[in-house]
Amino acid sequence: MSATADTLRHVEEFTSRAYKHGFVTEICMDMAPKGLDESTVRFISNKKEEPDWLLEKRLQALNYWRLMKEPNWAKITHPPIDYNGLYYYAAPLDKPKLNSLKEVSPELLVTYEKLGIPLKEQELLAGVVAVDAVFDSVSVATTYKKELEKCGIVFCSISEAVRNHSELTRRYLGSVVPSMDNFFACLNSAVFTDGSFVYIPKGVRCPIELSTYFRINAQNTGQFERTLIIADEGSYVSYLEGCTAPQRDENQLHAAVVELIALDNAEIKYSTVQNWYPGDENGNGGIYNFVTKRGICRGKYAKISWTQVETGSAITWKYPSCILQGDGSVGEFYSVAITNNLQQADTGTKMIHLGKDTKSTIVSKGISAGNSNNTYRGLVRAGRRADRARNFTQCDSLLIGDKCGAHTVPYIESKNPSSRIEHEATASKISEDQLFYCTSRGLSAENAVGLIVNGFCKEVMKELPMEFAIEAQKLVAISLEGSVG
Amino acid sequence: MLVDLIEECNMTLLEIENIHAEVDGRPILRGINLSIEAGRIHAIMGPNGSGKSTLTYVLTGRESCKVTQGSISFCGRDLLSMEPDERAIAGLFLAMQYPVELPGVSGLTFLREAVNARRKVAGEELVDSMEFLKMVRSKANSLGVSDEMLKRSVNVGFSGGEKKRNEILQMAMLEPRFCILDETDSGLDIDALKVVSDGVNSLRSSDRSMLVITHYQRLLDYIEPDLVHVLAHGRIQKTGGKELALQLEQRGYINFIETAA
Repeated sequence: MSATADTLRHVEEFTSRAYKHGFVTEICMDMAPKGLDESTVRFISNKKEEPDWLLEKRLQALNYWRLMKEPNWAKITHPPIDYNGLYYYAAPLDKPKLNSLKEVSPELLVTYEKLGIPLKEQELLAGVVAVDAVFDSVSVATTYKKELEKCGIVFCSISEAVRNHSELTRRYLGSVVPSMDNFFACLNSAVFTDGSFVYIPKGVRCPIELSTYFRINAQNTGQFERTLIIADEGSYVSYLEGCTAPQRDENQLHAAVVELIALDNAEIKYSTVQNWYPGDENGNGGIYNFVTKRGICRGKYAKISWTQVETGSAITWKYPSCILQGDGSVGEFYSVAITNNLQQADTGTKMIHLGKDTKSTIVSKGISAGNSNNTYRGLVRAGRRADRARNFTQCDSLLIGDKCGAHTVPYIESKNPSSRIEHEATASKISEDQLFYCTSRGLSAENAVGLIVNGFCKEVMKELPMEFAIEAQKLVAISLEGSVG
Repeated sequence: MLVDLIEECNMTLLEIENIHAEVDGRPILRGINLSIEAGRIHAIMGPNGSGKSTLTYVLTGRESCKVTQGSISFCGRDLLSMEPDERAIAGLFLAMQYPVELPGVSGLTFLREAVNARRKVAGEELVDSMEFLKMVRSKANSLGVSDEMLKRSVNVGFSGGEKKRNEILQMAMLEPRFCILDETDSGLDIDALKVVSDGVNSLRSSDRSMLVITHYQRLLDYIEPDLVHVLAHGRIQKTGGKELALQLEQRGYINFIETAA
């Protein structure tokens, strides 16, 4: 029995290495006054030079939000968040109206380098990935924009889109996630600062993967991203989002909203690798990540696919969902969620089948280590008109050690007798046999854990675009072991 | 590569002295003494529960086996103070009786990680996946391991024969100084036994030693040992030449069990 305890101790050792990305960039900040009231909202709107309709929308959301309560149904606990103790706007002072990376402040580039974000590399590897890099709340660099413009693709910050593409933004912003949808989405609707906007015109296949790197930097600053992606009829786009954050003692709130709209025969593939500061082993610090992501397949045979690799954050509260409205539309959700130490993740998806012959697939891999809690929470609903709707769900949990928890909470609702919904679930542990088999071949114990966990996640990892898959595999290893490259 | 890594060994590669070991508090090995010289093949035969597998785990450093007494030196180094991965990199290899499944980990990735672990220690350049496939292919082909099998998850859905061939392939790739074959013949039909034995025999060399553990004499027709030891009740009861295996085949282990009791 002591041997088992010893194995566990080893695993724990490797699973609790210090966060690699804990550092802070010193750049002067331009901040909104602390706290949240009408003047904060006006300050942000004014900074963004926004039209009146958006300011009104923001103020309306603020009013709704004041009447709402934080949701309490998720399997997470945290001290009360002091919404009036936060800053809601911070922008780097050296105001970034930049045309190329050369104009970005060198300090910022150093930060990206430390994070291993290959921004420079990407500039060299022309045509591989376009990066709309977000530093705190303001977009500082947009590359490959012109290339995309040639195809009629719009890829810019949401603030820019509000100014230059008001017809689209006015029509679609808040159309998938309305302001009053939930507490955090409502907060976002009032104070969102920046994020990305993508429009793919009819019949266009976006020639490159679109990518955004997020990074929270300013102390005490909530980060409220807003992303809107519209794929017009017969178009295709693959969007990548990845993030890491510096180490801080205080909890940082993040409440992003992402909306996807796919029209007839359009396809959106949205991939995320999330690696925000998870807090230390004692649960101090770490990001609170309350995200609302939702896509709608409005048109016939549209397809939306979410892939996420969630390794960071003290709290992850996130349910990327698909509303399958168009007949024959398809929704997919592939997820890896890793929790360690005192991290808490309550994540999953909602597949809402409205149209006929709609299909959805859910593959969720939860890995819990340390004293963490990892919950899959998912809803599959087939509406009355959803004839022959089909869903397949697979939820697998892997436990490392005996102090962590894995929970699966599926909700299944069918109002159509011809619908077919399947749910499979497994829970397992990394066995001593597997670890020994690897180490007896010369792999270090930490390398062995990384390899076994990556194997467990393979079904999801293979859904990631190539550029991301390698980074994600590294992340999986790092988040569990500390240093495997 | 490993020759550079390890200082030139004396003639004696492995020296086991008075090893006592227990599993879950139960004594299994009760004073094993064994000395194996470079280039030699020793066979260990013995009835079920005699401690054969425990001996392999003591040698490879499995945590569930606790050594309570004795010492083991490998190439002049104190083996018992080394972690399993250090022992592997120092040149020890165990072809397991029951190879373990690693879902989602392709055979190729697994092997490459193992090879790179050695290269890292030796300060050599790591090998990438394309290059590695080329390195593996010829060895894999001679063992009847196809590219398709290399891409499958390690041991998942493998037949008994495939699992054993895969173990020998790992052995061939890692080029260990000392190979332990734990009941490699179990679960093999005659044809598979031939393929596996050929694979093992092709690895025979003057500086590589092997410890072949088996229940049956049959395997030793293919892999000819220099010495045969009979293990019963946690001790080596008798040592002899190849003919000892034939004797055992005819008379069984019953004499040794009685002697020990």
